[in-house]
Amino acid sequence: MSKRNPSVTIQEKFESMEYGPAPENAARVNEWLDENGRKFGHFIDGRMVRPKGAETFDTKSPSTGENMAAISQATSREVDKAVSAARKAQPGWAALGGHGRARYLYALARLVQKHSRKLAVLESMENGKPIRETRDIDIPLVARHFYHHAGWAQLIDQEFPGYEAVGVVGQIIPWNFPLLMLAWKIAPALAAGNTVVLKPAEFTSLTALMMADLLMEAGLPPGVVNFITGDGRVGQMLVDHPGIDKLAFTGSTDVGRIIRESTAGTGKKLTLELGGKSPFIVFEDADLDSAVEGLVDAIWLNAGQVCCAGSRLLIQEGVEDRFITKVKSRMEKLRIGPSLDKCIDIGAIVDEVQRQRIDAIVQQGKKEGASVWQPDCALPTEGVYYRPTLMTGVETSNVAAREEIFGPVVVSMTFRTQKEAVALANNTRYGLAASIWTENINRSLEIAPQLKAGVVWINSTNLFDAAVGFGGYRESGFGREGGIEGMYQYLKPAFYKKLKPAVNMPLPKVTESREPGAGDGLPALDQTAKQYIGGKQARPDGGNSIEIPDHEGRLAGIVGDGNYKDIRNAVEAAAAAGSWASAAGHLRAQIIYFIAENLSYRAREFETRLKTLTGASAKGAAREVARSIDRLFTYAAWADKFEGRVHSPPMRGVALAMNEPVGIIGIACPDEAPLLAFVSLMAPAIAMGNRVVMLPSQRYPLLATDFYQILETSDVPAGVVNIVTANRDDLAVVLAKHDNVDGLWFHGGTEASAEIERQAGGNMKRVWTSGDKAYDWFDTEQGEGRHILRHATEVKNIWIPYGDQT
Amino acid sequence: MSRTFESGGAKVTKLTPHARINRGTDFHADWLDSIRVNMSAVERRTGTVTGRRTVKKDWQVAWMLKAISCIDLTTLSGDDTPGRVRRLCAKARRPVRRDLLQAIGAENMGLTTGAICVYHTMVPTAVAALEGSGIPVAAVSTGFPAGLAPMETRLQEIRASVAAGAREIDIVITRAHVLNQDWAALYDEVRSFREASGAAHLKTILATGQLGSLNHVARASMVCMMAGADFIKTSTGMEGVNANLPVSLVMIRMIRDFHERTGQEIGFKPAGGISKAKLAVAYLILIKEELGNKWLSPDLFRFGASSLLGDLERQIEYHATGRYSAAHRHSMG
Repeated sequence: MSKRNPSVTIQEKFESMEYGPAPENAARVNEWLDENGRKFGHFIDGRMVRPKGAETFDTKSPSTGENMAAISQATSREVDKAVSAARKAQPGWAALGGHGRARYLYALARLVQKHSRKLAVLESMENGKPIRETRDIDIPLVARHFYHHAGWAQLIDQEFPGYEAVGVVGQIIPWNFPLLMLAWKIAPALAAGNTVVLKPAEFTSLTALMMADLLMEAGLPPGVVNFITGDGRVGQMLVDHPGIDKLAFTGSTDVGRIIRESTAGTGKKLTLELGGKSPFIVFEDADLDSAVEGLVDAIWLNAGQVCCAGSRLLIQEGVEDRFITKVKSRMEKLRIGPSLDKCIDIGAIVDEVQRQRIDAIVQQGKKEGASVWQPDCALPTEGVYYRPTLMTGVETSNVAAREEIFGPVVVSMTFRTQKEAVALANNTRYGLAASIWTENINRSLEIAPQLKAGVVWINSTNLFDAAVGFGGYRESGFGREGGIEGMYQYLKPAFYKKLKPAVNMPLPKVTESREPGAGDGLPALDQTAKQYIGGKQARPDGGNSIEIPDHEGRLAGIVGDGNYKDIRNAVEAAAAAGSWASAAGHLRAQIIYFIAENLSYRAREFETRLKTLTGASAKGAAREVARSIDRLFTYAAWADKFEGRVHSPPMRGVALAMNEPVGIIGIACPDEAPLLAFVSLMAPAIAMGNRVVMLPSQRYPLLATDFYQILETSDVPAGVVNIVTANRDDLAVVLAKHDNVDGLWFHGGTEASAEIERQAGGNMKRVWTSGDKAYDWFDTEQGEGRHILRHATEVKNIWIPYGDQT
Repeated sequence: MSRTFESGGAKVTKLTPHARINRGTDFHADWLDSIRVNMSAVERRTGTVTGRRTVKKDWQVAWMLKAISCIDLTTLSGDDTPGRVRRLCAKARRPVRRDLLQAIGAENMGLTTGAICVYHTMVPTAVAALEGSGIPVAAVSTGFPAGLAPMETRLQEIRASVAAGAREIDIVITRAHVLNQDWAALYDEVRSFREASGAAHLKTILATGQLGSLNHVARASMVCMMAGADFIKTSTGMEGVNANLPVSLVMIRMIRDFHERTGQEIGFKPAGGISKAKLAVAYLILIKEELGNKWLSPDLFRFGASSLLGDLERQIEYHATGRYSAAHRHSMG
């Protein structure tokens, strides 16, 4: 210590006031790597397994280029072993009960804290992100996630009655937050009683493997969690594995789409956390200096390699110059360097491939007219780095404004009004997050619900908490992680196993023409049901009709033979009825009550129709109509009661979890209980503010076409409910391929559901299919309630820090 | 590592704390209209900046020496006596034990504190005790700490202190003007103090702990600078809440804004409650990040502190010897 000589040195430092190096100590991590021979296998059935002669690949530290260890590439044998270990362990893990599982999760939380520095250093080395981030953000959030979910495990019986674990869960995570994503995946899965096979990203497997040590230290039963390493091929094996009940994936939208397509029709439950191009909106009345810091957190956290990075900067035109000047001078202060230096802001890019991809988009964006600005900061000579980059003069059509760059690059554009800010913010296929900067609470709280994003931060950005759900709208994926909504992703209603097989009724030929007239010698008055589109009865575009027989084969009526153009028109009508989404729950309730009232006036008529068409008994028909009225009451009741939550994350402020409508939902109805099923699917959707395109039962469409007369007399605004008759499954595929349709409910057996799920992946629709099962719509537990309302809503979490009093 | 040297590596003693004074500007109400401060975001910045930046080893020592050079070594007590003030002045001249400075190779830097800060009555004693050292004497003034004496009394106090040799005047503003948002009245008040101070440096104490919100702190800062403050200072040390990082960040950002608007460089002085070396370094980091290296000098930055120096000395001893120190090993101020 006293061996410091040079007086010059201290004085020089006194004069220059530079920071100097501040390296984090990596000795313990290197010891751990050495103990493992710098060669790793998989964690299967409670132990590390290294298959002989296995193919391996090197994992490198991107900030130094140093080779850290050899990682094994799993084959189908290891994947099989891991899945069967998980399968074997699952019943025991579920039977352990909430408290038992809570104890393990609590132990994991404690272990993460006990080994926090080692985990932080390893994460920083392998990913290249600053130690400041892994130490102050990632690892504390990991511990928090295990604590929070120990709590959900403890409360599982009280808070989730009627639900049970999904089973064996396959999880695939990205390289940008390796350990945090691992925690986000395994904590809720374990809390709910599932067992797990997880594949870390090939660039960043090591913290998962270090975590395996902690799982063993916690004494987690063998097989409950398994880690298999390797590249995308291993991921695909996991996706395709028949032994998996659910898949949870975080990564790019492209890969998400492949997973959606691969799992189509398999009945695997799916959660996808995908890409984003999130807006960062700065109003003239914002605290501009703080907004600049917010932008630093938004786009330079983890070098912008963050799915919810605020990568599109929208500035109100009048403050653009001032704000951009401030941003540039702030960028001059950013320090880029080796990840283990405690004094840097931006570390390395995870891999050279990624760096090239970033630069390619920046260069293309420049060609398309953007100005590119970077501070003149020094970059380390070793390792993979990219300068923080600001692109101005970017138009909405610029590739850099549309594509997810996944790097330290922000593009900026301006807006004139609040309305234009929202329009620009939503002008993207993605919908993950948004950040709003204004000191006007009226403005911020008005905008937050208008943004198509699963997470909205007001005067803040990139805040996360285990209690607050995270996940996207649109092509940013579906499902939520964290919070109660995240728990439901790993649970299923216990009644699922009681569902009976679906019966699809083909449309029989009419064998006997018309019903006789009234006996006056004249023919019966022609009755031709039409499509119901935009509040009007419309003849089918194709000009063709379909004859519908009654249960004895006599002609019961004629419906329009709808085609893709009718679907197009119906979706357009639904899109034009957007104000339904913001109508008060009270108003929606009034209208649904009114539908029920009007149905009751015409109960006898519907009973007759049911008897004629289905051959139901008088009693059975009366029961179905009565239950339909009852069900309408149920959803009129829910319309103003299925409300969100107010979270209290660890900060001064709140996070509002709001239930928002999905948007436009296509609904294909089953043949069973044709009136009751139609009502049971339409009512929850519209009660929550969705607009629907109903595809009635193909066998019994006349009940739906009769129903539009009730809609017409019930003040349902035009376009909220649209009905298109014809070949249900074909039209469902058309709906699945329509990119302005946000959700699709398909209750029509498995035949078409694979194709529907495949096509729905195009814009990442929220799909709810009954698989090869049929709901019993007369059963209250199955036929109504929160489990259906959750399909009709998206949870948006709005973070609202507050405070002004010093 | 690139190094920038100010004025060819000038020694501390050559620094000229009173290079220029702020003549101020007209009163611009519109400069205040656009000020917005979001407290949560400000706290997030101050809560994370010290995680983003740190100094270690020799750099840490150098930064602690810098902190010492920026201290307004202060005694503001009813039982102050000439003897007590002389002891403090001696400490200001020689803030760190000579052997420690030798051990770290800093004995020839001419290290002193930034100033001595006392009540008016003690100004002549301090001026005499500091003669030849170049260390300025700062006098708290204008009815410190409440500032509610008659205006004429307050102005006279300033003039008397200047006449007695105080080169810096730490005034307190009328908090009522801020609380009632009577910005013109605040401007006029500080303007009068500016004029009364003559060539002495004017440091305006906002008493931020009594202003209610950061938005008030920001606006009051801007008004004081318009009215001719050379330094804006957080606290008297007597409020329930004294200097803290969020309040400081808000004031620092106003200094930056004022500089952008006028080209004038205004100094910043956090005061009260800063007693640990680690916190002092955190302040220096905040200044460096938000204002730049130029502000890391007693010209433009001061700590108003009495016990901070002791902790800095102990930390420096640890760095010099590898042994944790004790208060009694250092001369008391």
